[in-house]
Amino acid sequence: MEDMYHMDRAMTGTQDIKISARDVNVYYGEKHAIKNVSVEIADKTVTAFIGPSGCGKSTFLRCINRMNDTIDIARVTGNILIDGEDITDPRVDPVQLRAKVGMVFQKPNPFPKSIYDNVAYGPKIHGMSRNKTDLDEIVERALRRGAIWEEVKDRLHEPGTGLSGGQQQRLCIARAVATEPEVLLMDEPCSALDPIATAQVEELIDELRQNYSVVIVTHSMQQAARVSQKTAFFHLGDMVEYGETDKIFTNPEDPRTESYISGRIG
Amino acid sequence: MSAGLVFLIVVLIAFAGFVVGRRRALATAGGDPRKLHSLPGYYGQTVFIFAAAPALLLLVVWMLAQPFYVENRTSGLIDTADIAAGSSRDLVMADVRRISGGIDTLVAIGGQSEADIATMDAQEVDVRKLLAGVGVALGSDVNRSVFEAAKSYRGTTDTMNLIRTVLVIIASLAGAAYAYTRINPEYRARNVSEYAIKLLLIACSSIAILTTVGIVLSLVFETYHFFQLYPAKDFFFSMTWNPQFRGGSDLGILPLLWGTLYVSFIALLFAVPIGLMAAIYTAEYASPLVRSFVKPAIEVLAGIPTIVYGLFALVTVGPLLRDYFAQPLGLGNSSSSVMTAGVVMGIMLIPFVSSLSDDVINAVPQAMRDGSSGLGATHSETVRKVILPAALPGIVGAILLAASRAIGETMIVVLGAGAAAKISANPFEAMTTITVKIVSQLTGDTEFASPETLVAFALGLSLFVVTLGLNIIALVIVRKYREQYE
Repeated sequence: MEDMYHMDRAMTGTQDIKISARDVNVYYGEKHAIKNVSVEIADKTVTAFIGPSGCGKSTFLRCINRMNDTIDIARVTGNILIDGEDITDPRVDPVQLRAKVGMVFQKPNPFPKSIYDNVAYGPKIHGMSRNKTDLDEIVERALRRGAIWEEVKDRLHEPGTGLSGGQQQRLCIARAVATEPEVLLMDEPCSALDPIATAQVEELIDELRQNYSVVIVTHSMQQAARVSQKTAFFHLGDMVEYGETDKIFTNPEDPRTESYISGRIG
Repeated sequence: MSAGLVFLIVVLIAFAGFVVGRRRALATAGGDPRKLHSLPGYYGQTVFIFAAAPALLLLVVWMLAQPFYVENRTSGLIDTADIAAGSSRDLVMADVRRISGGIDTLVAIGGQSEADIATMDAQEVDVRKLLAGVGVALGSDVNRSVFEAAKSYRGTTDTMNLIRTVLVIIASLAGAAYAYTRINPEYRARNVSEYAIKLLLIACSSIAILTTVGIVLSLVFETYHFFQLYPAKDFFFSMTWNPQFRGGSDLGILPLLWGTLYVSFIALLFAVPIGLMAAIYTAEYASPLVRSFVKPAIEVLAGIPTIVYGLFALVTVGPLLRDYFAQPLGLGNSSSSVMTAGVVMGIMLIPFVSSLSDDVINAVPQAMRDGSSGLGATHSETVRKVILPAALPGIVGAILLAASRAIGETMIVVLGAGAAAKISANPFEAMTTITVKIVSQLTGDTEFASPETLVAFALGLSLFVVTLGLNIIALVIVRKYREQYE
C-alpha cells in the first residue's frame, strides 16, 4: 500500500525541467560552501535536499531566489536557469525574481500585522490587485491554498503573531503563494513545529505540488521520504547523489549516502 | 572627635575584623580550607559586615537626629525679648550656631581658655567685637541670653559628639566580637555575605527612589505655600506673565507653557525626521565599517554641553535665521526667536532619537527582513512596511524621551529664544519657557516668602508633572513593545 503510493507519486513526478543549475559554486569569504553543484529540478514535483548540518543545502536553496545577495560576503558563480532564463545574470532584478520564487523559512516569521495584511503584503507591493475586492479574493485564495482559511476566516484582522506555531507556518506558506510564485523554496519548514503541526504542513506540501515546483530542505530523512519525489544528498558542499527518493532511500549508489541514510554519519 | 575620624576608626576595626575573622576560620578548620562551609574570605567578610554596618548606620542616624535634639534644648534658653521685631526664633538660632562656631575659633586661635569662655558674660564683654577679631562676622550685637544659648549649644554638641563617638565604636567592636565568636566550620558565612550584598543593593535603589520622593515633596510643599499667597486660578489661566518684585504681579503660566511647547515642538519637528532617518541608515543600510564611524560620530552630539549649543544659537544660528528668513519675510528682526532655540535644540536631540531608534530597529528580528525580501520587497519597502511598524512603539518611546529632554532644556532657550513671555504664533519672535523663568525668578538675593519667588516651585512642579507624564507614556509603550517578540 505504502509502496503503491510512492510509485504513484514517482509516476506523476516525471515532468518538465523547471530549474536547472550548472556548476554552482558559493563562497562565504574564504569558505567554499558549495562546490560545483549541477542539478535539474522538475516542475510540479517536491524535491528534497538532505544532508548533515553545514553541508550547504540551505545555501544552495538560497541561490535559487538570490537571497545570498543580501549577505555581503557571499559570492556565487555558475548558472541557474528557471524556465530557461538565467537568474544569475546581473540584469535580472532579484526583487522581481523573489516574487516568482517564493520562500518559506525555518522559523515561522509572520509580520507583526493582521493575518489579512500578512497575506496581502506581497500582492500589494507587486500591484497585483485592481481594487479591494480583488485583493480580498487573492487573500482568500492564498489562505485556502495554505490550508488555513477555515481556521482564520473569522479573525482575518487579528495579529498573525497570535496564531499557534503550525498555523503561523501555514500562514507564511499562504503569504508566499499569494504572489503567485512558480517555485516554492522551503528551508526546514517544520523544524520549529510539533509533530501534529508538522503532519499538517507536510500534507499541505503534497497538495502544493499540483501547482508549484517545491524545493524543501530538511534535516529529517523520514520527512524527505514522506513528502518528496526527488532527493538530493549534500555532504561538505558537494552534491553527492541525486535521484528518485525511493531509490536514494532504498538503494543509494554512493557509500556516503548510504552511511548517512543508515545513520553512520551526520 | 569628628564624624570623619569615627568613620575611619570603624573602617579600621572592620578591616582588622576581616583579617582576624579569616584567620580564625582557617584555625577552626585546622588550616584546611576544604573543611569550611565557605571560603575563608567569606568568614572575614561577615566580621567586616557586623563591625561596620550597624556602627555606621548608628553614626548616620545619630548625625541626622542630633541637631534637632540640641536645637530643641537650646532654643528655649533665648529670651523672647531678645528676638528682634521682624526676626524669628529660627533666625536667632542661626546666630547661635554662628556664635558657637566662633567660640571654637576663639579657643583655637584667639587665646581664650575654656574657663574664660565659661565665665564670659555678654553684658560685660563685646562678644561681637571679640568674634570679629578672629574673623567671625555677626549681623548684630550679642545679647546675654543668646550668648548663653550659644555656650549651651556648644556644650551640648560637644557632649553629644563624645557620646556618639563612644557608642559607635562600642557598636563596632561589639558587632565584630559577635561575628567573631560565631565563626566555626559549619557557619554559612557565604550566605550571610550574599544576604548583606542584597541589602546593600536594596539600599542603593531606595536612595534613588527616596530622592525622587524628596524632590517631589519639597516642590509640593513650596507650591502649597505659593497657592496660599496667589490664587491658583490666576496661575493656571492668566494670559500674562509680569512679575513685579514690589508686589501686584501677574503670574500666569500659560505664556510660558506656550513658549515651552512651541520650542519643543519645533525641536522635535527638526530632530525626529533627521534622527529617524539617520537611525535607519546606520541600522539598515550602512556597512559595519561605516556604521562603526557614523554611529559614534552622531553620538558625540549628545556629549556637547547644552551651554555650547546655546552659544551656537546665539552667535551663528540666530543671526543667520534673522538675516535670511525673518527679515526678508518680514516676520521680525530679533535674532532670539523660538525658531533659533527650536532648531538648535533639534540638533541637540538628534542623537537621542537616532541612537535609541537604531537600537530598536536592530532589535527587529532578521526573520522579518528575510520574510519581506523573500516576498520580493525592496529594502526600502521592507523598512517602511515591516521594520518601522514593528519598531514603532520603541521609536515612539525614543521620541517621547527626546520630548521630555526638550521640555526641560534651559540653556539653549536662555541664549536662543530670549526672555519675553508672550503668546504668539510667529516662530521668529522671541518667547521664553518655564525653565528660563524658574532661573530668573530665583537668581539674585531672594528669600522664599513672596509669590514672585515661590512661583518658581509651582512652575517646577508643573514641568515635573508634564515630563513625568511623558516618561510614563514612554515607559508603557516601551514595555508593550518588549512583549511583542518574547
